[in-house]
Amino acid sequence: MMAQSFFGGVHPQDKKAATNKKPIEKLPPPETVVIPMSLHIGAPCRPVVQVGDHVNMGQLIGEATAYVSAPIHASVSGTVEAIEPRPHFSGVDVLSVVIRNDYQDTLDPSVKPVENPESLTAEELTKIVKNAGIVGLGGATFPTHVKILSGLGKVDTVIINGAECEPYNTSDHRIMLEYPDQVVGGATLLARLFQVDKVHIGVEDNKMNAVEILRQKISEAKAPAEVNALRTRYPQGAEKQLCQSLTGRQVPPGGLPADIGCAVFSVDTAAAIWRAVYQGMPVIRRIVTVSGSGVKEPKNLECRIGTPLSDLLNCCGGVSEKTYKLLMGGPMMGNAQHTADVPVGKCTNAILAFAGDEERTVENPTCIRCGRCVDVCPMHLEPIFMYQYETRGMMEELEAAHVLDCIECGACTYICPGRLHLVQAFRTGKQKINAARAAAKAKAEAAQKKEG
Amino acid sequence: MTDYKELKLKASSSPHIRAREDTRSVMLDVIIALLPAWAFSIYNFGLRALTVTLVSVLGAVAWEALYRVVMKKPQTVGDLSAVVTGMLIAFVCPVTAPYWMLLIGDFFAIVIVKQLYGGIGKNFVNPALAARAFLFSWAGQMSTWAAAGTSPAVLNPVDAVTAATPLSYLSNGDLAGLWEAFESPTRLFIGTIGGSLGETSAMCLLLGFLYLLGRKVISWHIPVCYVGTVAVLTFLFPRGNDPVSWMLANLFSGGLMLGAIFMATDYVTSPVTRRGKVIFGVGCGLITVFIRYFGTYNEGVCYAILCMNLCVWLLDKYLKPRRFGVARGRKEAAK
Repeated sequence: MMAQSFFGGVHPQDKKAATNKKPIEKLPPPETVVIPMSLHIGAPCRPVVQVGDHVNMGQLIGEATAYVSAPIHASVSGTVEAIEPRPHFSGVDVLSVVIRNDYQDTLDPSVKPVENPESLTAEELTKIVKNAGIVGLGGATFPTHVKILSGLGKVDTVIINGAECEPYNTSDHRIMLEYPDQVVGGATLLARLFQVDKVHIGVEDNKMNAVEILRQKISEAKAPAEVNALRTRYPQGAEKQLCQSLTGRQVPPGGLPADIGCAVFSVDTAAAIWRAVYQGMPVIRRIVTVSGSGVKEPKNLECRIGTPLSDLLNCCGGVSEKTYKLLMGGPMMGNAQHTADVPVGKCTNAILAFAGDEERTVENPTCIRCGRCVDVCPMHLEPIFMYQYETRGMMEELEAAHVLDCIECGACTYICPGRLHLVQAFRTGKQKINAARAAAKAKAEAAQKKEG
Repeated sequence: MTDYKELKLKASSSPHIRAREDTRSVMLDVIIALLPAWAFSIYNFGLRALTVTLVSVLGAVAWEALYRVVMKKPQTVGDLSAVVTGMLIAFVCPVTAPYWMLLIGDFFAIVIVKQLYGGIGKNFVNPALAARAFLFSWAGQMSTWAAAGTSPAVLNPVDAVTAATPLSYLSNGDLAGLWEAFESPTRLFIGTIGGSLGETSAMCLLLGFLYLLGRKVISWHIPVCYVGTVAVLTFLFPRGNDPVSWMLANLFSGGLMLGAIFMATDYVTSPVTRRGKVIFGVGCGLITVFIRYFGTYNEGVCYAILCMNLCVWLLDKYLKPRRFGVARGRKEAAK
């Protein structure tokens, strides 16, 4: 039901050949895992274990403290060695539970399959998803149970996101190839949950082998799902663009997919829902693509949450000493890391080391007004003018140019022949605008209080 | 194993990869696209077409380099935009134009029009066309047209054999005279006619257009809307009784192809949105035909594009892309 494609976008070299034929390897669990209490968007978790406690694999170690939050579980069995701030992939130190591995992988008694998976009510399934600590595993890490709750009753189109439009990344691709039953099983659970006839699995057409295998599994299981091959074009896997490609509907400004009747889950999230129901397993593992010009032997690895990046890189033969950038996530939207000491989180779909000329930096970035940024912006923005407004401090004009609609996909910056740092400027601009809005709101509230 | 502490890691903002094309490669593509027309000009006007262009390019590059050095600004000649400007200035002048005039044109384009406003990307009119307009201070030299195939002297072309250009026949509405002098539309298309150095061969310029389209350096919008508008208007309002031949004579003579493909598409002085580009192209076409029909001066392309350059700010301001998630025609929710 390919309704329309999205406007704009770019077509970077996908660089997936380095890993897309390599089966997922299991990385031996490390001596210690460092599990940050913030592995999702929303309030950090509160640790529920003490230093010296023995914990089992899959045991709850951090409980959710707010509505938008997701519990965190031990990824190995062993002894809690420390509970203290440690380096986190966000760039700041975050309270983390450090567990010394006893290499027993003793399963927690709470990890057991659901008895009646076919007859779960929506409420029960949502609870299972919540207790398993499932978040958007495509990288956004929004708690999945919150997405379900806010979508129930509104959603008529459930979409599984297998686009994987970021170059280099192949973790979702390998999941679809190696665990298609889990993906299709998760899709079936979601279809039942939202009471839709068919779940749409969107996959970019550079992964036709995944499309075939999913189609085969769907017809074998007579599952309520359909695979849609999508044009390979970045950012096809961005939530709003994927909804647009599959339904022709556009999420309104400031809105969510639920506003247009859509709910989007990544393939790994769907698989995680299946594992939570049929195995009772919370999110304690992660499939990670390790690639990039700095990596000696690129691989797809399965590792425990909390494994340091250096362990994954070492398993791939280490990195070149010329490595100038270490990324968590894809090259278009991933975060550059200061250190290889940070742990793998729920969001870590890829670790990339760059040692070549990927950035093509220039000394004096200069706009030549070519307008390519306008041609490629999938949100119909005009980065060229937004950049002028931001750099000149014209905040009102910047806001009026809808900078808050920017999804920071990086297409404009990628294509810019003048090598401007567009997204960086928009991020700064958005922060300033949001801060100003918050300040204005606080002021208004204070004034109201005074009057009242 | 790798000592990760030894790595010099850079923690800059995403995205972390960039497309290969940069300003220099874009300009290089434009230069490549201009080569067929340049080669043809040498065939058509002899060796002087080569030397005039070289002098103009060297002049443009030298003025830019000099300005950046004197003003203690980072050197920018490496981006090749001055080379493009130098080539285009030569292309819009007669092959007999004296070298000093080209150097003055280079100065006007590079220093006055471009650098004083901040350099590449900041000027608001096309530098080469502004230079041409300025060089009409020497109207005599700027309207002396060497006949095709005559090879004016490289050093002192005062004795060059001159001839009327197709435009002068068009200006008088003398279609019969035009075909008497230039045989057929095919000859106009190939370009063995008089005129400015690089403008005569629609064929070679269109080759360049296809190259630029293929390399995605420009989109089709401006050239197609520009030439299309001229085609429609001249077909609907012909002088004489043969609209098709009148239209073809208009399309293949003067600087229309050169202007539509290489000047009106100048990034810096054309709108950024597709709708803006369409209106810009149509506007250029309207003014060109207006000047050719009603002006005392034969050619309208240069002034049409310069006029539309001045409207770019307006077109960019009012032709915004439709906001994502807001239905066409519906007012945006106030926020």
